[in-house]
Amino acid sequence: MATLTLTQVRKSFGATEVIHGVDIDVAEGEFIVIVGPSGCGKSTLLRMVAGLETVTAGEIAINGQRVNEREPMDRNIAMVFQNYALYPHMSVFDNMAYGLKIARMPKPEIAARVAEAARLLQLEPYLARRPRELSGGQRQRVAMGRAIVRQPAVFLFDEPLSNLDAKLRVQMRLEIKALQRKLGITSLYVTHDQVEAMTLADRMIVMNEGNAEQIGAPLEVYERPATLFAAQFIGSPSMNVLPGEGAEDGVVLENGMRIPLGRPVAGKVMLGIRPEHLVPDADGPLAIETGMSEPVGAQTLVHGRLTGSTAECVASLPGVHRESDLPAVQRYAVPPHAAHVFDAATGRRIGV
Amino acid sequence: MEKRVTFKGWLLPLLLVAPQVAVTAVFFFYPAGQAVWQSLFIPDPFGLKSQFVGLGNFEFLLGDPYYRASFVTTAIFSSLVTVVSMGVALVLAVLADRLIKGSGTYRTLLIWPYAVAPAVAGVLWLFMFNTRVGVVAWYLGQLGYDWNHVLNGGEAMGLVVVASAWGRISYNFLFFLAGLQAIPRSVIEAAAIDGARFWTRFWTIVFPLLSPTTFFLLVVNIVYAFFETFGVIHTITSGGPQQATTILVYKVFADGFVGQDLGSSAAQSVILLVVVGVLTVVQFRFIERRVHY
Repeated sequence: MATLTLTQVRKSFGATEVIHGVDIDVAEGEFIVIVGPSGCGKSTLLRMVAGLETVTAGEIAINGQRVNEREPMDRNIAMVFQNYALYPHMSVFDNMAYGLKIARMPKPEIAARVAEAARLLQLEPYLARRPRELSGGQRQRVAMGRAIVRQPAVFLFDEPLSNLDAKLRVQMRLEIKALQRKLGITSLYVTHDQVEAMTLADRMIVMNEGNAEQIGAPLEVYERPATLFAAQFIGSPSMNVLPGEGAEDGVVLENGMRIPLGRPVAGKVMLGIRPEHLVPDADGPLAIETGMSEPVGAQTLVHGRLTGSTAECVASLPGVHRESDLPAVQRYAVPPHAAHVFDAATGRRIGV
Repeated sequence: MEKRVTFKGWLLPLLLVAPQVAVTAVFFFYPAGQAVWQSLFIPDPFGLKSQFVGLGNFEFLLGDPYYRASFVTTAIFSSLVTVVSMGVALVLAVLADRLIKGSGTYRTLLIWPYAVAPAVAGVLWLFMFNTRVGVVAWYLGQLGYDWNHVLNGGEAMGLVVVASAWGRISYNFLFFLAGLQAIPRSVIEAAAIDGARFWTRFWTIVFPLLSPTTFFLLVVNIVYAFFETFGVIHTITSGGPQQATTILVYKVFADGFVGQDLGSSAAQSVILLVVVGVLTVVQFRFIERRVHY
């Protein structure tokens, strides 16, 4: 168990800076998920913690010890790669035992540790097999096993589930979570999948273009996104964003619609409302021309356009609604607590 | 699914393979058949008539101490050429693989020697090691070493091995580099995180993963050392001194075209054919199975 601290960590490739000063404080045994679109620098950040990339500026510390200059092997970490990175010419047992053999651990202890990991991951019947004889999910488990047997201070996961099919992904997600809880090892997990981030994280870090936009518990980020980016990245379908102007008691949208929020707002703003928070209401302030609708089963996604504007808008209505049953223009109520207001220029959250 | 073309008749597919079959027939089956046929006869010195001797030529060869010595010479020579050319190529490829800046230039320079014909390579090395005017020989002389491959069999062997291996390094380098670059980076990184330092990584991960490439090169290089080094040996030592560098293929030439003993020469080439055939089959049967993971 260990703490992990990143202080103003920066990374440049040549003249281009890709990570612009990230601060993270990970407590002992905490599961932190870094989530962001591809190219946001999340994997680079993880590789810097692993020691596979150099740190341009700032400090990475494990258990309060600066590790910037240490080789990966001297950092007491273990990493699970996206493509598993198993050694193809070794059996499952040897794959897991490799690190321990290099550490010159006595043979009986290696056998005991591998057996324990195999039991935990239900890999016992496969110990003699080569990686190519395993399914994707099993390979994933071997990669996890290789990380576990070393009993590292910190686990690093680099999109470990993105090569699995949807069903297996959900299953492995639960397994990873259960395993991490059980072992209590501090973990840093990188993903582009916001559902993974929401379900796995004790705290998540939303990254965008090399900046940590928001750090917080998943529901905290969902309920009070600090920036427009975090608001749109977390939640599916993503949050509706309507440009408007601040007013005495709320926001006036660009088509003149007045959305009362019960508080004064100033300046040019972006009004964010999650699709699941739009409630059909004949007297509601928001009028949307109904377009396509997508029944997903438990709910129906109704796509549309704000009347008198070009702004696209999605509402997620519980239950099944046929396209023909919906009025051409549907009015919605906007519950004030579900309305998020962001500064149009900076994208920062305004008010509560 | 494999893409497969299906033909309706016989004629077109036959015509399509005909050129290759013709080339193989004219340049391989016909001469090989001739060699087998000829190996059963002893022609008279003027080539006017020849006498059927059955396996007499083979019997004589296997009892001939010079021929048996040539077998040993060939074994030493081809092992050395293979080990030197593959070893040096692997080291260079590992270095080139680690290189980021200027790797293009480095690679191009390393590939150049492959463009030099074996006979020309032989002449180049001969000039450098010439006992009277050779640069290297002169420097060795300055250091107090009296280089003379014309008299010293060991030095002659060293020189032909170096000259033969030199051009071959480029070829092996290309394959090794491609092999190295096909190893996923993340596997190497995983090993680094697992605590393996460079050499441990190399011997436990990189080298085993490179084994299919190594095996292929082993086969190709042994065949090269057996046959294609003729030009080098002919230009540098002509098999001398005292047959110290007479490998089997050179002896075929020397006995047949210089010594005019066509029957023996033919028998030797048949033996050579069988030896290389057996060697290749053995390699594929027993080694190939172990190198694929």
